[in-house]
Amino acid sequence: MSARRASTRRVLLGVLLVSLVLAGVVSRWADSAPDGLSRVAQDLGFEGAATPHVSDGSPFAGYAGPWAGVVGVLVVLAIAGGATWLLRRRGPAGDDHPRAD
Amino acid sequence: MHVPDGFFDAPTSAATAVVAASAIGTSLYLARRRELDDRTAPLAGLVAAFVFATQMLNFPVAGGTSGHLMGGALAAVLVGPATAILCLSVVFLVQALLFADGGITALGTNILLMGVVTVLVGYGVFRVLQAVLPKRASLVPLLAGLGALVSVPAAALVFVGLFEVGGTVDVPLGTLASAMLGVHVLIGIGEAVITAAAVAAILKVRPDLVHGARRLPTATPLVVRTSPVATPAAPAAPTGGEA
Repeated sequence: MSARRASTRRVLLGVLLVSLVLAGVVSRWADSAPDGLSRVAQDLGFEGAATPHVSDGSPFAGYAGPWAGVVGVLVVLAIAGGATWLLRRRGPAGDDHPRAD
Repeated sequence: MHVPDGFFDAPTSAATAVVAASAIGTSLYLARRRELDDRTAPLAGLVAAFVFATQMLNFPVAGGTSGHLMGGALAAVLVGPATAILCLSVVFLVQALLFADGGITALGTNILLMGVVTVLVGYGVFRVLQAVLPKRASLVPLLAGLGALVSVPAAALVFVGLFEVGGTVDVPLGTLASAMLGVHVLIGIGEAVITAAAVAAILKVRPDLVHGARRLPTATPLVVRTSPVATPAAPAAPTGGEA
């Protein structure tokens, strides 16, 4: 672990960029086979218990469209980022992690 | 493992919603108290965004079945368990409302299974291993991966238990348990690999931002970057502060 300590801004931008690329580009190659629960539900015959989704009318339902992933990343970031930012203790780091810098 | 509407009866859906809401309430309190400050808060929203992105990446497991990251262990090790529960709850909320992924009436169930259970089990395993093994930051990705590995079958088992109590279809317990466990052990391996890799990436550049590596010595010794006292003869060049 000899990497130079990256600035916080750089780390955050890096995570954002990776998330956008994964959701916006790489997700096109995601496996479209049913996931674990869906497969078990098919095999054991309770798949039909699922009822229609009230959000089926959403333009992004089922992650449809090329921008679904990017929109999702930004919406999640806005809500989770906003909430955690408002929730944080203000001022310098608390007693939990004293730091010289 | 997103549960759609209709799999669980109303009392079970309501009960899981109450449990999920209590977990979120407790997490709001504990996240502020113990985890979120000016330094750690910015990463939290991005971890949620990263988990959302990674949940879109279904990887093949066995015979026409796929799986995706749940993210509980990953988020908990990076930003702390209480903040992780909040982050994952936002992910499931957005998935249900915007993408029709996971039922609306099943939102509490999904938050409980893939948010609360994976965080508590994944982080619990991580902390237990950390307590018995040498205290080294370099072990954090491996231990996070092991927590992730256990967290997925644990969530599958809780699903099985709930389904036996409040599922809308009668499926024999043993049949459901073996089917769910079998496939989710495999998905857990994928979860472990992704979790270990992501934690290792952040740990490498900024170990101080990884919640699960706090107070652990890193392999990098402390470096004295400026030493005006030790070298009085040095020209008084201004030493740039950290950007």
